[in-house]
Amino acid sequence: MSFLTRRGWISAVVMALLAVLPPVFFLTGNAFYLDLATRLSILAIAAVSLNLILGYGGLVSFGHAAFVGLGAYAVGIPAHHWLYGGLDFLATTSGFVQVPLAVAVTALFALITGAVCLRTKGVYFIMITMAFAQMIYYLIVSIEEYGGDDGLVIDTRSELPLIDLDNPLQLFGLAYVSLLVAMLLVRMITRSRFGMVLQGAKGNEERMVTLGFNIYAYRLTAYVISGAMCGYAGALLGNFTTFISPEMMDWSRSGELMFMVILGGAATTLGPVLGAIAFIVVEEILSSFTIYWHLPFGLMLMGVVLFARGGLMGLLRGRREDGE
Amino acid sequence: MNAVLDISGLNKSFGGIKATDDLNLSVRAGELHAVIGPNGAGKTTLISQLTGMQKPDSGRIRFKGRDITAMAPYSRAHLGIARSFQITSLILEMSVLDNIALALQAREGHSFRFIRPAHALTRLRAEALALLDRVGLADKADQPTVALSHGEHRHMEIAIALASKAELMLLDEPMAGLGIEESAQMVELLRGIKGRHTILLIEHDMDAVFALADRISVLVYGHIIATGSPDEIRGNEAVQHAYLGEE
Amino acid sequence: MDLSLLIIQALNGVQLGLLLFLVASGLTLVFGILDFVNLAHGSLYMLGAFICASLTFLFGNFLWAVLVALPLTGGIGYLVERFVARPLYARNHLDHVLGTFGLILVLDTLAHLIWGPAGIAVPLPHWLDGQIALTETLVIPSFRLLIIAAGLAAAAGLFWLVNYTRLGMLIRAGASNRTMVSALGIDIQTLFALVFALGAMLAGLAGMLIAPITEASIGMGNSIIITAFVVIIVGGIGSMKGAFIAALLIGLIDTMGRSFLDDIFKLAMSPEAAETSAPAVSAMLIYIIMALVLALRPQGLFPPRTR
Repeated sequence: MSFLTRRGWISAVVMALLAVLPPVFFLTGNAFYLDLATRLSILAIAAVSLNLILGYGGLVSFGHAAFVGLGAYAVGIPAHHWLYGGLDFLATTSGFVQVPLAVAVTALFALITGAVCLRTKGVYFIMITMAFAQMIYYLIVSIEEYGGDDGLVIDTRSELPLIDLDNPLQLFGLAYVSLLVAMLLVRMITRSRFGMVLQGAKGNEERMVTLGFNIYAYRLTAYVISGAMCGYAGALLGNFTTFISPEMMDWSRSGELMFMVILGGAATTLGPVLGAIAFIVVEEILSSFTIYWHLPFGLMLMGVVLFARGGLMGLLRGRREDGE
Repeated sequence: MNAVLDISGLNKSFGGIKATDDLNLSVRAGELHAVIGPNGAGKTTLISQLTGMQKPDSGRIRFKGRDITAMAPYSRAHLGIARSFQITSLILEMSVLDNIALALQAREGHSFRFIRPAHALTRLRAEALALLDRVGLADKADQPTVALSHGEHRHMEIAIALASKAELMLLDEPMAGLGIEESAQMVELLRGIKGRHTILLIEHDMDAVFALADRISVLVYGHIIATGSPDEIRGNEAVQHAYLGEE
Repeated sequence: MDLSLLIIQALNGVQLGLLLFLVASGLTLVFGILDFVNLAHGSLYMLGAFICASLTFLFGNFLWAVLVALPLTGGIGYLVERFVARPLYARNHLDHVLGTFGLILVLDTLAHLIWGPAGIAVPLPHWLDGQIALTETLVIPSFRLLIIAAGLAAAAGLFWLVNYTRLGMLIRAGASNRTMVSALGIDIQTLFALVFALGAMLAGLAGMLIAPITEASIGMGNSIIITAFVVIIVGGIGSMKGAFIAALLIGLIDTMGRSFLDDIFKLAMSPEAAETSAPAVSAMLIYIIMALVLALRPQGLFPPRTR
């Protein structure tokens, strides 16, 4: 018996490369790749948290981009008021206020919408999560103060002690470490008793209820955790792009997050990260060739759904999984 | 009369068809009470109402004197009602052991515990293994559930019902789909459990029912037409008519 | 608020509702019968608009363009069914959603390739471009009346088709019992393809009708699809009657909310507060309605009988 399983080794190597390569590129004058890795790490956090609900919970949430967007606006709106006045109680650039705000707002939004969504099943759940996300999209569009459709520029990044988010290396470091923590957190949750219940409910709902589990409460808790983690990712994304707009919450963004999870391999620790890497890299390569890159990209996505079940982790394990 | 389960005047219709028709039934503590009836007599509908998956149109269900007619399904489990499924209802993608461990976990109250890995809980593991041993599946503990045979799945169902240490076990056709030899094994297994739990056994297999039951109730068109000891039921004319009589 | 504005907005609401019904009916038909979630349904709406726009320029006549564009969008629907939907029927809803999400990217980009990035305005014939004075103060564009008439006609045709024709009987039977229909010796594959093509035509028709007002543009389908989802969630997925009533309800509530909510708010709060909060609330109104309906009836207003 080796110290790590094959999957463990793959995870360690991938995460080590992700830690080392981007700073090396940056220091050798290829700043672009560091930016790419930062964006990738942040989106991977969102994918990892979506995986908790989608992969382990078996709940097809099509609205997770709304959590990312809300998290970003929880950074942008206080920064906006800090610069332009108004709503003094909210005006700040402190990361110690903004980041908890992002987490709290998204957790609350997840609690309220989840309470409604989780009363429904199957295709209803898909459509309702989508609809609630779109509701937030239109809400932000309707608020002119925060730029509406045109979006909002974040003039000042979140201020934190010791870390300077204006420094690309430090921002990447924060995103990367956050990703590691998110992965370990989801891994811990899914292996705990709570996680066993969540996965049991995915496998056989009626059995779990008959055993005495109020699976609604477990699912809602997982939904809130997942939403809040996405909110955190959103706060990082706002700090990274320094420009936020409702477009971040468009349902195609939610679809992309889902794809990262499925592409990499749902219900695995590394899967969503692999998915995010593959997604971002392919996107970069294709879009450098043609402005019509969505065409081959869409065909690729369809191909993945039709032919490559089990995702990249399934391929890496060397055997095909038979789906659910 | 110390009835663990007391059902009175239960009615349930589906679009004009009465699946449960003024059903009265009382299960005494410690007995193995079998419910038999021809196909379509409403056995599954009865079980669904007992577990709370379906709401009766009228009538009362009392468990240990407490009215549970409108109680949520998961809460009934906490009171001490366990159920096995007619159509095997296991979490196929989990290991055999995990299926049992989840049932043990359920018994210990809420599972809002996020930190320690469930697998590290050796106490749960040991208890689950003991249960699997009891139903003869200890050597399959770490296999994925999907890999086991139908007969073995039926045994897992029993192990899960046992895991809950429920006062009342509702067994919905545990012999369903079993071969002759497997059925005999299941009868032996149930004989071993009998007496330690109160059991309401819904079953099609007459040999098994008459071999195991303390009392038998006969369900026809959603109504209990007779209740009594196996001998009484054998000699009951109404029952013979229902089973043997012309359509 | 004055009465004529109220009437005009009510008509706009009905118009939006009928367009939503055209999109939602196809979605609910395909889901109810095929148990298939088609996110790309909105792309068919967009393609209907673009094809109709091109044909209008080709023929120089909007109505001819619509007549030719309808079977074309139906044909595209057939192709989508054959090559994307059919291989996915046996899969779960997640795969449906992801597969058709990929299809949206493909169709939207194809539209971009063919028609370019800018929207295309669709000119109307003169006799449709005018206005009709209902009273002295009440003037409405005649084309909007045509949309309402066409929407009602399509709805009536659909009800007739589903309730009184052999095809409709098969559709209803297929929705509740697939194996039975197969056992009757009906080619269920062809039936499914027809249903899909019909849904595509209905969505396409909605796109064609809206194009002269908003112009045909990339991504126009991706916002209406969500509203259509709200419609079928509120109406009860798989229910045609539910889709119709919910579509009108949502159309009216959305339109009325956007025009009158600030006035209503002003009754209860300061004008400034009303001015700022009304747009935000009206943007969320239909979703709040949806949440309320779901809280009371998780299966929607008209849940179809057991599938």
